Amino acid sequence: MKENPGDNRPSPAERLAIYERMLLIRRVEERLGADFKAGKLIAGVHLYSGQEAVGVGVCQHLRDADWIASNHRGHGHFLAKGGDVRAMMAEIHAKVTGVCKGMGGTMHVADLSKGILGANGIVGGGISLICGAAYSQSLQGDGGVSVAFFGDGASTQGVMSEALNLSALWKLPMIFICENNLFSEFSRSDTVVAGRIVDRAGAYGVPGVQVDGNDLDAVWAAASQAVQRARNGEGPSFIEAFTYRMSGHVEAETGFLQGAKYRSEEEVQSWVERDPIQRQRAQLLSTQQATLDQLTDIEARVLAQVEDAVQFAIDSPPPPPEQALQFMFA
Amino acid sequence: MAKKRIIQAINEALVEEMTRDERVILFGEDVEISLFGDTRGLSQRFGPSRIRNTPISETLITGMALGAAAAGHRVVAHMMFANFTYTGFDSIANQAAKLRYMTGGQARLPVTYVAAYGGGRSIAAHHSDTPYPLLMNLGGIRVAVPATPEDAKGLMKSCIRSDSPSFFLEAGGRGGEMGEVPDGDYVTPWGKAAVRCTGGDVTVVAIGSMVKLAMAAAEVLRNEHSIHVEVIDPRTLVPLDEDCILSSVEKTGRLVLVDESRDSCSAASHIAAIVADKAFGSLRAPIRRVTVPDVAMPYAPNLERLVMPSVERIVATIQQLKDSRP
Repeated sequence: MKENPGDNRPSPAERLAIYERMLLIRRVEERLGADFKAGKLIAGVHLYSGQEAVGVGVCQHLRDADWIASNHRGHGHFLAKGGDVRAMMAEIHAKVTGVCKGMGGTMHVADLSKGILGANGIVGGGISLICGAAYSQSLQGDGGVSVAFFGDGASTQGVMSEALNLSALWKLPMIFICENNLFSEFSRSDTVVAGRIVDRAGAYGVPGVQVDGNDLDAVWAAASQAVQRARNGEGPSFIEAFTYRMSGHVEAETGFLQGAKYRSEEEVQSWVERDPIQRQRAQLLSTQQATLDQLTDIEARVLAQVEDAVQFAIDSPPPPPEQALQFMFA
Repeated sequence: MAKKRIIQAINEALVEEMTRDERVILFGEDVEISLFGDTRGLSQRFGPSRIRNTPISETLITGMALGAAAAGHRVVAHMMFANFTYTGFDSIANQAAKLRYMTGGQARLPVTYVAAYGGGRSIAAHHSDTPYPLLMNLGGIRVAVPATPEDAKGLMKSCIRSDSPSFFLEAGGRGGEMGEVPDGDYVTPWGKAAVRCTGGDVTVVAIGSMVKLAMAAAEVLRNEHSIHVEVIDPRTLVPLDEDCILSSVEKTGRLVLVDESRDSCSAASHIAAIVADKAFGSLRAPIRRVTVPDVAMPYAPNLERLVMPSVERIVATIQQLKDSRP
């Protein structure tokens, strides 16, 4: 949680918390990637590695009562918004202790008690939900904010334009976060997306900015403005954050693509050099906001947390058979 | 008790529920002026924050309803014509029907989608569909199809008070039909069929506006052919009152289904399958379906009359059935 609304940069204490959260997401995703390759996961996972600065940089401004909706690449948003890592890991492992009791899995991690409306298997599917949550918040008048995370691939769904139109007209406290990771699944987005995505917002009178999504400070500052604007009842904002998925679209792809390539090793490497976590780490050390010992402690704590979550998931039972017919109706 | 039109009964239900619970909000295309009259006067009464015209954006509207419900409101989303729900079907099929299940029971989604369905008015195929078979197949959507003003009011209230997404399908162009509406607050229960008339020869299950045709057919058969028809109005298709239908068939041994959806995978087919499974031993004749053939609704009135179920078709079907001997 941000200490001083209006600040354009996180405080040293916040910066350490941010670093730890970003690192937790990375280590979780790395572990999932490794476990998938080792045949220990039941399904392919869409990893958030490389995009952590966006999810964490935005969610640090949010409260439990604020809503987010996420997409198929949703583990990072879930953890960034304060979701429990054990409950998420158990969900991915299809266990009854999972945050959704094993009914949703990796593409549907949701914790409504923490304002996480859920990851979503439909590209663009969360945008309309968040627009509705924002409408509800605007009627409740409690300064709540609703944030839709989606990618460049979802920007070509009609619902994004519909939501820009309505949220602008109704001045909803909605924030559009377009994580432009340059790929719509396996297609380069410059082959399927015309023009600049952020310009769609401008057409509806919604303020939009482009930021370096691998620069925590840039995301932080843009999100701070957007959240303040929403809380003040001034309407929606749009942030296009350029970033890159260090893993592929989905961990199963090396199998089904059968060696077919859609991006070069050089390109991946160029983005690895812009790793948002390494950038934070270097900044923390160079500005003496953290010591190497502190960062080593954080690293150890995060790894222990991930190990604990995986062990919790492995030790948990699967859902009981009768659960297959539960939960359809309230 | 007072005689009221169906559309008045729906309007009353909305007024009463919005008065009773300030979390109830309603939005959709042109709901302030209201094409059908069901939402007319509400915006003057409850103000622009609770009754709001939306842009023509069905893809957004269906999902917004769910988000606003998750965030604490009880939402009525007016879709105008049932065909327009197809444009917004992603959020109905992929979110509304599944969110609660996928989140392990976390999501409470009090959403009522309202839409006018059915043919008979020469407004052709984009304004005449009967979509409840699709909705029944989704699994997680409650479906109410009232046939009378009394049930229109009671079912609208049940929909609004439901914590699960529901569809309230009003028969297009039949809002002017009159019927008795009880005084005071009441709800029509989910999954409780109404026996509209009793008879020992043939069971007719008729859905929504087909109840009126089935009743007219029952009268003709009774007066002119001494055939006594039991007409069952399921009132809600999800959940479906199987027990009521099965016990009637056990009594009559014959079943005719009247349904204005297209025949393939219709509600009629589903009910026929249930009865064939669970009351096969009671059947003394084949189950017959009076439905719309698998065509788009034609514009020309003579053709539309031909494909829609009619009193004559129901009478003829039942006569044939009664004549057949096992």
